[in-house]
Amino acid sequence: MTAFMSIIAPLLMGAAFGFLLHKGRVTSCNVIENQFRLKDWTVLKVMGTAIIVGGVGVLALTDVGAAKYYVKDANLLGVTIGAALFGVGMVVYGYCPGTGLAAIATGSVHALVGALGMIVGAILYALSFDWLKAHVLNVWAFGKVRLPDVTGIPDVVWFAALAAMAIAAFWWIESHDNGNAP
Amino acid sequence: MATAQTFSRSQARRIDWSPYLVGAGIGILSWIAFAVMRDPIGVTTAYSRIAALFAEPFIGADGVAGNSYWKSMPLSWDYGVLFLVGIPLGALAAALVTGTFKLEFVPEVWRRQYGNSVGKRFLAAFLGGIVIMYGARLAGGCTSGHGISGGLQLALSSWVFLIVMFATGLIASAFLFRKA
Repeated sequence: MTAFMSIIAPLLMGAAFGFLLHKGRVTSCNVIENQFRLKDWTVLKVMGTAIIVGGVGVLALTDVGAAKYYVKDANLLGVTIGAALFGVGMVVYGYCPGTGLAAIATGSVHALVGALGMIVGAILYALSFDWLKAHVLNVWAFGKVRLPDVTGIPDVVWFAALAAMAIAAFWWIESHDNGNAP
Repeated sequence: MATAQTFSRSQARRIDWSPYLVGAGIGILSWIAFAVMRDPIGVTTAYSRIAALFAEPFIGADGVAGNSYWKSMPLSWDYGVLFLVGIPLGALAAALVTGTFKLEFVPEVWRRQYGNSVGKRFLAAFLGGIVIMYGARLAGGCTSGHGISGGLQLALSSWVFLIVMFATGLIASAFLFRKA
């Protein structure tokens, strides 16, 4: 049981994630690039559905005490600069870190080259961490807050609104094009 | 050419799952991650731990040991690192089952904008990899840790990440892939 939970289970979870990424075509650099060119909506469909299905379930699980939240710090200067770099890097690389790792195993050699770049990026971050901690990571730091805390709007309303928006947006996308640019 | 395209398209249709089905699958995987594994889906935290191994030849074991960032997340074969190892294994299984394993050096969208040069594409992928990982660590997560796991928790940090990431990606794409 212990060996299963500490070794096999995490490998299986990762494998299930990687399997789903390839089955959902997001291991394709073209699919990801075409999302940012608004010619293929696969990435948003996968992420939107995952957020809503995952969120409703995790909300129910935390409500009954079977799970807890793991909210990341809202140090918003760092998050904003980091997300901006991430957006540019994703368009240049053509993958995000998870889909890049998955794509290597499906034969993408340039994904492997980018993964080596990611190692360099992680090392550069570790080397600049002290400076960032002193000058960036403590700016606009609001702690581990959630949108329901900030707005006073309950979780259920947030998910109902997100689901309504997603259904409307995806219905519109499906009725206008099938979102499959080559 | 036309037949090749028709073939690859019909094959793509045959093997691929609906993005909604895949999204729901990842959502359900998140339930297990939260309730059973007690560790949400994420990639780049574990990636940083592994990067410490590669840093040793450059800054030495002492440099790594003395680094305050790696002190806060030392390399260990913990849940996140094993999860990371599982990702390519699962993707390989999917590629083999569906017969879609294919060596790719220059992707189609890139080729139409920048041509066939493998060196050019590799250089861009390498530089893009540096930038995306630096950004992910500065933001505290990636499309998985922030985007999906943080997004589904309605975390303020994660929704700021999602919006800024997509907005800058759209702008970068408009500049970099004008022609394609």
